[in-house]
Amino acid sequence: MARATTASRKLGLTLLAWTIGIVIFFPILWTALTSFKTEAEAIASPPSFIAFQWTLENYAEVQSRSDYALHFMNSVIISLGSTLVGLLIAVPAAWSMAFVPSRRTKDVLMWMLSTKMLPPVGVLIPIYLLFRDTGLLDSRTGLVIVLTLINLPIIVWMLFTYFREIPGEILEAARMDGAGLKAEILYVLLPMAVPGIASTLLLNVILAWNEAFWTLSLSASQSAPLTAFIASYSSPEGLFYAKLSAASTMAVAPILVLGWFSQKQLVRGLTFGAVK
Amino acid sequence: MATAHSRAAARLTMAPAVVLLLGWMLIPLAMTLYFSFLRYNLLMPGSEEWIGTLNYEYFLTDPAFFAALGNTLALVGGVLALTLCGGILLALLLDQPFWGRGIVRLLVIAPFFVMPTVSALVWKNMLMNPVNGLFASLARALGLQPIDFLGEVPLSSIVMIVTWQWLPFATLILLTALQSLDRERLEAAEMDGAGALDRFIHIILPHLARAITVVTLIQTIFLLSVFAEILVTTNGGPGTATTNITYLVYALSLLQFDVGGGSAGGIVAVVLANIVAVFLMRMIGRNLDL
Repeated sequence: MARATTASRKLGLTLLAWTIGIVIFFPILWTALTSFKTEAEAIASPPSFIAFQWTLENYAEVQSRSDYALHFMNSVIISLGSTLVGLLIAVPAAWSMAFVPSRRTKDVLMWMLSTKMLPPVGVLIPIYLLFRDTGLLDSRTGLVIVLTLINLPIIVWMLFTYFREIPGEILEAARMDGAGLKAEILYVLLPMAVPGIASTLLLNVILAWNEAFWTLSLSASQSAPLTAFIASYSSPEGLFYAKLSAASTMAVAPILVLGWFSQKQLVRGLTFGAVK
Repeated sequence: MATAHSRAAARLTMAPAVVLLLGWMLIPLAMTLYFSFLRYNLLMPGSEEWIGTLNYEYFLTDPAFFAALGNTLALVGGVLALTLCGGILLALLLDQPFWGRGIVRLLVIAPFFVMPTVSALVWKNMLMNPVNGLFASLARALGLQPIDFLGEVPLSSIVMIVTWQWLPFATLILLTALQSLDRERLEAAEMDGAGALDRFIHIILPHLARAITVVTLIQTIFLLSVFAEILVTTNGGPGTATTNITYLVYALSLLQFDVGGGSAGGIVAVVLANIVAVFLMRMIGRNLDL
């Protein structure tokens, strides 16, 4: 009897949870399905879910009408570039915070975090003017610089929390054996910190890929990553649902897969260790 | 033991990160502050002059500012209420045993990874469009009049879109916190005859208090700066119905090229965000033992 209620309870919960999960996921699923329809079928009422003429023409069209590959590459270069530059700057900083802490370490960490809370509109105009005067407006370099700086606090914090889990004695032993600072970080710390660094990299690529304030404000046709490119569909001509869907599906799919892999690190990275 | 040598090295290795962030924060912020006291419009070059606090007076007495402040509060408050309530319920559900938990979890967190411009445009066109949208089809199938979401209830529609984006975040954090709950306490309470609601109010909710605070503060910081969703759906309209502070400052700065006015607005936004940030920093600082 007790077993039967448990089983039926589990069945009920399963139905409920799957229904809610599918409803929440539905806009993404619907976008993916629509990307394989013709424009006429995309606005058909009542809509068809599976029983339509599947086509790949939207994907070809999106590329031929507007250089989709260029914007995709912009996204890749900007998100990966800003993350790698950020790691390069953050690894030494996090090393010193984790292994040679001073009285001020905590203050520095907290101050770094506070820069993340600066609303972007507070510095929009100076950055815009500085970029205009230095030719960085609408350039991938400019966007890499901005995204490196806005994500640097998160990178330092995440690395710091991962480094702290590595016993400092190992690094000290290396130091006793005469390893220099560079050797200590490169050959002793980094190999042990690979999982932490990988998680940090993953989360920051995701954040940079989806960043939409600075990319929309500082890019035009040349350097526009996908966030800004997709925004051009807000003033379309003619039927465009299927093409919007194809462009969106390609923009979301790679990062969704990365996100699913990094879901555990997400909590850690986005709450700065405040929730465990 | 840290030697004097390694301390010097520590300062050196920290320098690039500190200097860059200091430059990123101080230089532009100082420039914004300076511009906010100038009459300075990019469309009228050469007419810059010091006008004291006039930009602030204009900005803070502009009806658009009050509209934007109200919209910002409604947007932040609405999304917070919905994501917290929804997040707690979802976290409780996902914590239960059922078949395919891992997959449902993936489905639920997926919207968080969708870039803001994509989610806004997909919702605006394919779901909320009063003629071709899916909701309109659904309404017609039920014999109802389709709603023009972004025309008739624009702010609520944006709250809905942003809620969809942030519900996964709230759920994931709350679920993580829930999983560290001591199961034996719950079982003991159940043996003592505490009902499900009692257990929720007296054991689960207090245990989640910290996570709820963190979600509230972190989301508030991001929600104060909601921008892309408004830009691609309504452009702040109709009128100023969906203009928040961030969008207002953006429009002043990069659409009207009013550097002075935009800077004053930017400084006001910084002050507002700081009020929230102080609480969040205290919270995280308390948790960080060095």
